[in-house]
Amino acid sequence: MIEVKQLVKSFGSLTVLKGVTLSVQEKEVVVLLGASGSGKSTLLRCLNFLEFYDDGEIWIGGEKIDPHKTNLNHFRENVGMVFQHFNLFPHKTVLENVIEAPVHVKGMKVAEAKELAYELLKKVNMHEKADVYPDMLSGGQKQRVAIARALAMKPKIMLFDEPTSALDPELVGEVLQVMKQLAKEGMTMIVVTHEMGFAREVADRAVFMHNGQILEQGPPSAFFENPQHERTKQFLGSIR
Amino acid sequence: MIIDIFLSSYPLFLKATWLTVQLTAVALLLGCIVGLVIAFFRISDSKLLNYFAHVYITVIRGTPLIVQICILYFGLANMVTLSQFWAGAIALAVHNGAYIAEIFRGSIQSIDRGQMEASRSLGMSYPLAMRRIILPQAFRRAIPSLGNQFIIGLKDSSLVAYVGMQDLWGAGLGEAASNYKQLETYMVVGMYYLGLIMLFTYFVNRLEARLARGRTPKKQGKGLNVAA
Repeated sequence: MIEVKQLVKSFGSLTVLKGVTLSVQEKEVVVLLGASGSGKSTLLRCLNFLEFYDDGEIWIGGEKIDPHKTNLNHFRENVGMVFQHFNLFPHKTVLENVIEAPVHVKGMKVAEAKELAYELLKKVNMHEKADVYPDMLSGGQKQRVAIARALAMKPKIMLFDEPTSALDPELVGEVLQVMKQLAKEGMTMIVVTHEMGFAREVADRAVFMHNGQILEQGPPSAFFENPQHERTKQFLGSIR
Repeated sequence: MIIDIFLSSYPLFLKATWLTVQLTAVALLLGCIVGLVIAFFRISDSKLLNYFAHVYITVIRGTPLIVQICILYFGLANMVTLSQFWAGAIALAVHNGAYIAEIFRGSIQSIDRGQMEASRSLGMSYPLAMRRIILPQAFRRAIPSLGNQFIIGLKDSSLVAYVGMQDLWGAGLGEAASNYKQLETYMVVGMYYLGLIMLFTYFVNRLEARLARGRTPKKQGKGLNVAA
């Protein structure tokens, strides 16, 4: 479903991605692991063109995405993204956050969008807070709303950029729970995370990045029990 | 006595106050439009627009308002037919626009990048995200500085008296020249300005309070919530 070929991305003189090749199947859940600065977030952000890569190709659904030809706004409707810092719209209520894009991008009727929003908020167990402003919510609640907001566009792929890294430890579980549910329903997901428990339990594949390259990848069982590279062993040792 | 001056001059000064209010309102409304356009020029990717905005702001902020008013009134008014009112209003709009542009630019750029990224990731175009997500937050953040600039704008409008307009200050100058009670007359004029500005400040404060409703103060010490 997603083919990344020899992706290269630099920020000034710093090359963050040094020829990354990765393919992700439909309904697959892939976790991207690696130390900070290894390029995993940049790779994720390239996948919905929040960053433009310098070289390489991205194919999605058998179609090569050329940022100069493809309508990126339309493309992004199909790729949901969840951010580390939630990025909810603070001047809108929870419900308004969720219906914003369906109404103003897809042109959905407000009543219809609200119905959809309630359904999604129920799914992330936030329906009781529909009329509350984001400032009133805990981090975990915000992130669950952010997931509902992304799902409201009915994306085919969901990207998660360290969705639990900004949360207090006791709030991590409720967000992972929602993500697990999503994975079970067959959503194609790419998740940058430091949650090894989630990676082991939910992921179909773990991908380890180091210095802008993919060093090692495989099913979580093999990856965690029997890492091949010295650097991978080091990384897994350090976070355990 | 100051009270006598007040009583004898109020028909004239009320009329003049109305002109000052009209002039300032038109000038600041236009100034906001100019300011928003220039602010967008400043943050656009186009070098040409950046440069234009930069020159505009540098020239306008770098020259006195009285000079700008006179240039517009005696210069431009010769080329195109401009009424006294519109010459004054446009000069004030051009002047305030430069300051308002910087206020808007600052408040737009103060909105966390994540807001634009989240909007774009939902499929919103740049203009749609600007209109629906960034600007409403930026306007809210701009209100205190904008209110401040409006107060300055109202007071600066007094300079149009020097191209002959009978605004509050213009009327004051005329009145003082005819009654020879400069001190009392100028104090009365000052009170009119003070009254106008106190009234205006009251409305700005109410607006600020109204926009803050439904939103709690930021939690202390966390600092992680960039969406706030």
